[in-house]
Amino acid sequence: MFKLNRVFKKPRYLTIQQNNSQPAPTEIEGQGEKSVLPAIPNGLWTKCPNCGETVYTKDLSNNNKVCVRCGYHFRMGAWERVDLIMDTGTFKEIYQDMKSVNPLDFEGYAEKIRTGQEKTALSEAVLTGYGKIHGQDAVITVMDSNFMMGSMGSVVGEKVARAFEFAAERKMPIIAFTASGGARMQEGMFSLMQMAKTSAAVGRHSRQGGLYIAVLTDPTTGGVTASFPMLGDIILAEPDALIGFAGKRVIQQTIRQELPEGFQKAEFLLEHGFIDKIVAREDLKLTLSRLIKLHYRR
Amino acid sequence: MLEREKELAELNNKLSDLRKLAEDKQADFSSEIEGLEEKLTRMKEEAFSNLTAMDKLTLSRMVERPTTLDYIERIFHSFIELHGDRMYRDDPCIVGGVARLGDLPVTVIGQQKGRNIKENVKRNFGMTNPEGYRKALRLMKQAEKFHRPVICFIDTPGADPGIGAEERGQGEAIARNLMEMASLRTPVISIVLGEGGSGGALALSIADEIWMLEHSIYSILSPEGFASILWKDSSRAKEAAQIMKITAQDLQQMGLIDKVLPEPMGGAHHDPEAMAALIKEHLLKVPFRTMLGQLDDVLERRYQKYRRIGAYTES
Repeated sequence: MFKLNRVFKKPRYLTIQQNNSQPAPTEIEGQGEKSVLPAIPNGLWTKCPNCGETVYTKDLSNNNKVCVRCGYHFRMGAWERVDLIMDTGTFKEIYQDMKSVNPLDFEGYAEKIRTGQEKTALSEAVLTGYGKIHGQDAVITVMDSNFMMGSMGSVVGEKVARAFEFAAERKMPIIAFTASGGARMQEGMFSLMQMAKTSAAVGRHSRQGGLYIAVLTDPTTGGVTASFPMLGDIILAEPDALIGFAGKRVIQQTIRQELPEGFQKAEFLLEHGFIDKIVAREDLKLTLSRLIKLHYRR
Repeated sequence: MLEREKELAELNNKLSDLRKLAEDKQADFSSEIEGLEEKLTRMKEEAFSNLTAMDKLTLSRMVERPTTLDYIERIFHSFIELHGDRMYRDDPCIVGGVARLGDLPVTVIGQQKGRNIKENVKRNFGMTNPEGYRKALRLMKQAEKFHRPVICFIDTPGADPGIGAEERGQGEAIARNLMEMASLRTPVISIVLGEGGSGGALALSIADEIWMLEHSIYSILSPEGFASILWKDSSRAKEAAQIMKITAQDLQQMGLIDKVLPEPMGGAHHDPEAMAALIKEHLLKVPFRTMLGQLDDVLERRYQKYRRIGAYTES
């Protein structure tokens, strides 16, 4: 006999994870029952926030995390960026042993750091190192927005300053990939002063004749924007990246108006004269290598 | 006005009434009057030695608090105000120009708040636009050329957060000042008069020494903003202010600023003359002429001053 209770059973839905963090097993309820579905490893499918299409995550990875349908540039982790830009096997990490402390004794800060470390396989929100780009030496710093929104605290500031000093010492060009929500609030004035420290280090490298290319990625905001990212000799940006100083909400609350379309996007900055070029991710490595070659005769 | 100031004002009124009564009635209330006077002095001392971070924030934002112009006219002479960034506009929030400190020519630059609503609108409530930072930089480069020390007065709730500011590159303007000031070949002293609002203040405070007035504050963002971002509740600003370590005392203790200048009892607004005189006294002690003759050393020390700031460990 036909089991009608099956027909009228409430449908159980599966939630598609939208980012690449390991999802917990999904608990779902239906008709008072609770059961646990196995976690789908690492998000088999990813939904594009721009065009809304659900794409096979593997396709996305193979396309440098750019949506195969609409070209939307997903945020990249630091190690993924290294794979994209540096010649295979040439990257050497430096200054990885620095650990943040809690100067204001801020509750929950240590935990946030641990979470960031787990999510990114980094000890802090910026990865520093050197290697080759199409055979040419370069120092790179890569921020990772998965680590406390890429916020800049003492360690990030110190690593960035050291990277510039390293590049100055070895007469190498430096490329800074930026992604940050701003200065790290939990470290208070220590974070604010990192803006000064990093900008001063940029100045020293610059006066020595060194090339500094800044690559602004989504998002680059707040106190970080008002420091080393805006000081590149050449400033590149990824398409549609959010780049600005004041936060959207703050501006909206201050002026009590809607913000114009495209405000604080890379295209907006290009139009207003603050970046040199918008470079699609697939062209980034080649663009960087050509720029380095132009500046550093082999 | 701070709560305590209200209480003190009430007590002061009582004292005046008592004095007047004594005069009218030709009576002797001298012991009562003395008693009240003593009480008043004790209350004042107690009140103003125990200010919380929130109290100081309130003090630093008071419209009565003396401004850049109040100090310029009392500390320097022969001040000639200069204007414009030579690119776009003259930002009225930044006051700058040439002057003499004693007989030493200097460049003075400061953020100016208004003393009433109309002035505040003109001065944009102390919120500097990119053209203001560029004006400051222009004047600093000029000072460098003519071997004049630079003195910066800081007093801002933060850099202007507007569409125009973003269009004109607020981030770039601040960043550029940070970088250029770090290697400016002339001595620089920065003094926080009231509010040191984050990046908007930092852009004028890359200096050989940072001084703060006793009740001034310097923060990465406002306690209201901090509370609203971290606790989704901006009314917890008082708590935030305490945790954030924004007072002059906190910052000196953490080695982030160099000197705290004591204020007259109750705050600088009670005696701007005395406050100005104290600032001038300290400025006159700075060995500007010697520094001008040792700029390489000065610059190295300035670089290290910011270079060594950071809380971290390394294995």
